[in-house]
Amino acid sequence: MQTYELSKIEQQIAPLLTRYGGESNMLLQILREVQEIFNFIPPDAITAIADHLGVPRTDVEGVASFYSFLSLTPVGEYRILFSSSVTDQMQGSSELMQYFCQKLWLEPGKVSEDNLLSVDSTSCTGMSDQGPAALVNGYALTNLNQERLDLIADLVRDRRPVGDWPSILFEVKDNIRRSGTLLGDPLVPGNAIKEMLRRGSAETMLEIERSGLRGRGGAGFSVAKKWSLCQDSPGQDRYIVCNADEGEPGTFKDRVLLNSYMDLVCEGMTIGARIIGAKKGFLYLRGEYLYLRHKIEQVLARRRTAGLLGKSILGELDFDFDIEIHLGAGAYICGEESALIESLEGKRGRPRNRPPFPVSQGYLGQPTLVDNVETLACIAQIIVHGGEWFSSIGTLESSGSKLLSIAGDCSMPGIYEYPFGISLQEVLDDCGAEDPYAVQVSGPSGVLISSKEFRRLICFEDLPTSGAITIFKRGRDILSVVQNFTHFFAEESCGFCTPCRVGTQLQKKLVDKIVNDHGAACDLEELKKIGHIMKGMSHCGLGHTASNPVMDLLEKFPDVYQERLKGLEFEPDFDLDAALETARNITGRDDSWAHLP
Amino acid sequence: MGPPSLSKVITIDGQSIPFIDGQTIMDAALAAGVYILHLCHNPQFKPHGSCKLCTVSVNDRKVTACTMPAAEGMVVENNTHELNADRKVLVQMLFVEGNHICPACEASGNCQLQAAAYYLSMMSPKFTQFYPSYEVDASHPDVFLDLNRCILCELCVRASREVDGKSVFGISGRGIGTRLAVNSESGRLGDTHFSVSDSAAHICPTGAILIKRQGYKIPIGQRTFDHKNISEVQMELLEPDHE
Repeated sequence: MQTYELSKIEQQIAPLLTRYGGESNMLLQILREVQEIFNFIPPDAITAIADHLGVPRTDVEGVASFYSFLSLTPVGEYRILFSSSVTDQMQGSSELMQYFCQKLWLEPGKVSEDNLLSVDSTSCTGMSDQGPAALVNGYALTNLNQERLDLIADLVRDRRPVGDWPSILFEVKDNIRRSGTLLGDPLVPGNAIKEMLRRGSAETMLEIERSGLRGRGGAGFSVAKKWSLCQDSPGQDRYIVCNADEGEPGTFKDRVLLNSYMDLVCEGMTIGARIIGAKKGFLYLRGEYLYLRHKIEQVLARRRTAGLLGKSILGELDFDFDIEIHLGAGAYICGEESALIESLEGKRGRPRNRPPFPVSQGYLGQPTLVDNVETLACIAQIIVHGGEWFSSIGTLESSGSKLLSIAGDCSMPGIYEYPFGISLQEVLDDCGAEDPYAVQVSGPSGVLISSKEFRRLICFEDLPTSGAITIFKRGRDILSVVQNFTHFFAEESCGFCTPCRVGTQLQKKLVDKIVNDHGAACDLEELKKIGHIMKGMSHCGLGHTASNPVMDLLEKFPDVYQERLKGLEFEPDFDLDAALETARNITGRDDSWAHLP
Repeated sequence: MGPPSLSKVITIDGQSIPFIDGQTIMDAALAAGVYILHLCHNPQFKPHGSCKLCTVSVNDRKVTACTMPAAEGMVVENNTHELNADRKVLVQMLFVEGNHICPACEASGNCQLQAAAYYLSMMSPKFTQFYPSYEVDASHPDVFLDLNRCILCELCVRASREVDGKSVFGISGRGIGTRLAVNSESGRLGDTHFSVSDSAAHICPTGAILIKRQGYKIPIGQRTFDHKNISEVQMELLEPDHE
């Protein structure tokens, strides 16, 4: 391990600290850069940052140890994180990681002796339609295969800077397979804002109300209601936040909107800002989408030049608004709006106690609107075409269209836009699903659908969704899919409340036990009990939904568990033969005498 | 203190409980002498809501009594068989995620986790033990820090920050790796300004923070929870002469 002299570390981070100023809100952004410089957050840097910001050292350490892309111990100069999302796994991600590690004589989770390389896994990187995917020093790699990994191995050995790597490795396609009213109708930048100014704020709110628009993040709260609650909350300042922390495994629609429809998103934010009276907005961009930052910044710069952002927008004297990008650093929980606000404030992404809700006390305690990327894009459209036009699309309670991120066992994964009310069966037919057996709707936190339910309709009245549709064909081991989900939740639980912190672990261990052929009937009862506790008593949505995959599998595919059970009332978790593994490793033996009969 | 106008009421298990605006369900309940089991809550500090033991059912929705503001007409269920069964599972979870070896623990009889387990008639931790590995920090001259027994209630974090003005403790890590952290580069308590006279040294509900040279001064059998249950003790703490 390299050692750094205190003065040297301080010297190195001094310009960065000056650039960010003394506001502790910037802590996460500062730590991201420190990680980039040293490949970890050195203890001396933690002390220096704490001194600079005037906060306790534990506050800085707390943040540095919370986000999975930051680390308190050195990682490799090249850090490659393979996506462990179930679709990436189905595309061979685990085998590829093994191949790569063997090729470079490396163990996953460890750093090579020359500190050059470390390899590990990470939660879904939002590339389910073009996996297996990974991140190298934060930048997205897609369509990995052995050939590409051979190339990457050479690039690493030659110490070629990631910026010089062939661009084909980083190619991310939009994969828009079906456009509707949102994707098929490009907006002339500024038109929605002009239309809002023409209508005036009150009339604009009426249009939004008429549209019946509901939040696209999954919960489906009425946008008009949320906005007016925020409007009516007293506060000195107001903020609007675009939630681009698209972390639900299997979803990638926001990636496409941010890449190719950023103007729509900006206009939605700007309209929201005008209505609630915000001068500042934030785009909370998940760390996995680092590669999009530059492009989004270019859009923001272009809009500033065009008078669509900044001071006196479109010449209106009292209309100042600008957008700042904040990057996440690997934490699914930050998709929860109050955790996102904590993260924006440079803290651990711990969901707040509610009430108060962000609309009344959000960022820095001020009224704050947090809206999904897709919701904001819809807003811009509604203002241009009118609320009635929007509400004429879709169903009675679910107006407009929905972007679906479709991946898994189908011939054409990608983005599909449908009016609400489409049946799952139609969607499966369109994307070329191969003999579908089960579909996970809305990712692990959503619902597992069996083929009996394929006639169900995608809309808030029946099957609400944030947009992820992950398809599993007949023959797929659904139990291992659920196992993957339980590992995901155990990894992403923030650790604040007892039921989620411990429950997600217990659930993971019990499902592992069943997968490893040590399960008994009583384990299923235990899983039900734990699920009940997590659903009822957890602090936030993560814990409330973390048992959904296990429960759905029990309810809809009971045979899957039954087949794997030993059939006994009780089967110990402890495996005597497996416990001898350490002894076998030490002695280098694996003969029959080194195993139990 | 004379209540100015306690015209608003909630009901808890059928009993009418008056409250004033700004009070949580827990505040109103405790003020009226109704006990709701809690571990991470202490009326001295801002509510935290992490242990979830005070989960009650309000109009059929589960909320933590310590953080939920009381509102006119709330129908609260607290002391029911279902809720107590669920709370017992939470206590079992706390037991297996740490290393709680009651018979060998100095805090036995004075420990609120143990007392909560008694209160809920918990006979065993039931789940498979996690056996996490922690180092005991004995670097401080007067205080041991033993994270084997920490339940992450953050009372010491809050006490050190809010009462002692020192911020000796914080929280680091994530998920099951969440840990109480000490505010020094070495991570050792001995390298902080922590003092045995700090309120944070005496607030731990379990035995994670132990005062040195006090071990077994009071014999087991004569300790707080050997004679009283947790509800009596926590209610007594609220009485004015106990300040």
